[in-house]
Amino acid sequence: MRVNGNPELRFAKRSARSIGRLCLAAILVFGLVFGIVMPSHAEVRLDITKGNVEPLPIAINDFAGEKVARDIAAVVEADLRNSGLFRPIEKAAFIEKISDPNALPRFEDWRVINAQALVNGRVSRTSDGRLKAEFRLWDVFGAEQIIGQQFSTDPKHWRRVAHIIADLIYEKLTGEKGYFDSRVVFVDETGPKDKRVKRLAIMDQDGANIRTLTRGSDLVLTPRFSPTRQEITYMSYDGGQPRVYLLQIETGKRETVGNFPGMTFAPRFSPDGQKIVLSLQQGGDANIYLMDLRSRNTTRLTNSASIDTAPSFSPDGRQIVFESDRGGRQQLYVMNSDGSNPQRISFGTGSYSTPVWSPRGDVIAFTKQTGGKFLIGVMKADGSGERILTEGYHNEGPTWSPNGRVMMFFRDSPGATGGPKLYSIDLTGYHERQIATPSFASDPAWSPLLD
Amino acid sequence: MLTAKSFLMSPSVVAVVLGLALVGCAEKKLPDNSGQLGLNGATPGSQQDFTVNVGDRVFFETDSSSLTITARGVLDRQAQWLAKYPTYPVTVEGHADERGTREYNLALGARRAAATRDYLVSKGVTGSRIRTISYGKERPVAVCNDISCWSQNRRAVTLLAAPTG
Repeated sequence: MRVNGNPELRFAKRSARSIGRLCLAAILVFGLVFGIVMPSHAEVRLDITKGNVEPLPIAINDFAGEKVARDIAAVVEADLRNSGLFRPIEKAAFIEKISDPNALPRFEDWRVINAQALVNGRVSRTSDGRLKAEFRLWDVFGAEQIIGQQFSTDPKHWRRVAHIIADLIYEKLTGEKGYFDSRVVFVDETGPKDKRVKRLAIMDQDGANIRTLTRGSDLVLTPRFSPTRQEITYMSYDGGQPRVYLLQIETGKRETVGNFPGMTFAPRFSPDGQKIVLSLQQGGDANIYLMDLRSRNTTRLTNSASIDTAPSFSPDGRQIVFESDRGGRQQLYVMNSDGSNPQRISFGTGSYSTPVWSPRGDVIAFTKQTGGKFLIGVMKADGSGERILTEGYHNEGPTWSPNGRVMMFFRDSPGATGGPKLYSIDLTGYHERQIATPSFASDPAWSPLLD
Repeated sequence: MLTAKSFLMSPSVVAVVLGLALVGCAEKKLPDNSGQLGLNGATPGSQQDFTVNVGDRVFFETDSSSLTITARGVLDRQAQWLAKYPTYPVTVEGHADERGTREYNLALGARRAAATRDYLVSKGVTGSRIRTISYGKERPVAVCNDISCWSQNRRAVTLLAAPTG
């Protein structure tokens, strides 16, 4: 048995008291069996650059081994199905029964049911009680293995193993990085509409492992993930003073961001995680400031008699998109990250707000209000190519998956018993689905891929 | 000892004690003459007097922080009342309806609170008596889904704080 030449993958250790120590070491072990030469490129490939992609039929067998093996395979299957890019085939249609997940499959059995790709796996315990998960992804029509990997981890992190496997399958078959091993911070909302209690909460991107981060005694709004650390910035009314805070997720350590003489709001990190851009309310106007988290220096970026807010950096850190009503209604503007050369980029009917730059850098997502409706859309950074992805009574606040392929946002429903829920939608405007949360939920913000 | 003495002598404490006595009375039996308690049963100079007889809130048009003629009338009465009872500091809360995005509504609520404060100052209320805060769309008072509710939520509310000195 030859060892695949891929580099060893390591998942950084983190001292996570509240979440639990995460120690997920992935060891790449077995690429090759039966003397088959590994191809450098798989033949099965999903082109996701087109508008509406026909989902790829994929057969995912129950993983062999203990009970959690089935659970892991089920999470892999759900991730791939929920992306809208894959169509897992009903297991009842499977012909070959996999007894040894490391053995060469009978490809003709999988061709008959038109599976383009096949996933087999096994889960076992190591002598020290760790969970060992291994899987192989096969190209059915090319009759060859695309990837085979093995991971070992603390059993309580079994869902992360599943997400990592799903990310690898996604990446091998689409050519783009996955987004399943990531989390979402949001605002959990309980109680009647006129007495809402809001708590910061965090969950896996698929809605699992939900927990709250604040107690609900203070109003909290607009949490945003750090691109580099397990840290969020958000706004809180603690002590009756609305301002922006920084919270370390794993230690619960909290600090105020800057010492501003008024309400600070709408914070967001710079791509290097070292700065926070936010709005400061000054009388009837709101202006955008940048604060360096190391030097604590603040820089004023906008200075106009208007509401300038919701700033969001371009992924290269060189520009900032924001909303302003300096021209009348709210519109989107792009300026250099030192505040110079602001240019309006939105010119459609209605008003535009909550711009968020895609991590790919090519488009900006926004909320648009027109004709009494709230829409979520994207436009290129120069304002061209506006495309609406979803519309209705009230859609607001898009956030990007780490690979820039999917957006999450919240949709509010009207009336005394109404409230917001989280939804995700593909960049193409297809595959809209609700993310199940125990209560009403708003202000989602997607984390980067976990490490 | 000195501190305790001045505390006991404080007029605000006296006012609070009186207020409590009146509330206790009203709960147990109606007074013979409601005029003793001021108009509408509100003690002159109380939060209730301010709310009921002066009007503690003004309303705004959609996406606007301009004070309407009606709003100016309410604020004129607020300024007169605050001149008569100069010991109250106030907090002006600015609010927006739900038909806007969160960040913008925070700023819009602040703009409404600032417009209200500026008008009160122009009518002689000392600026240092007035604190402002915005709640954006986070604290609706009316929760139905039409214009009748949204218009009640687009508001600036003047709240009396504990009297000073």
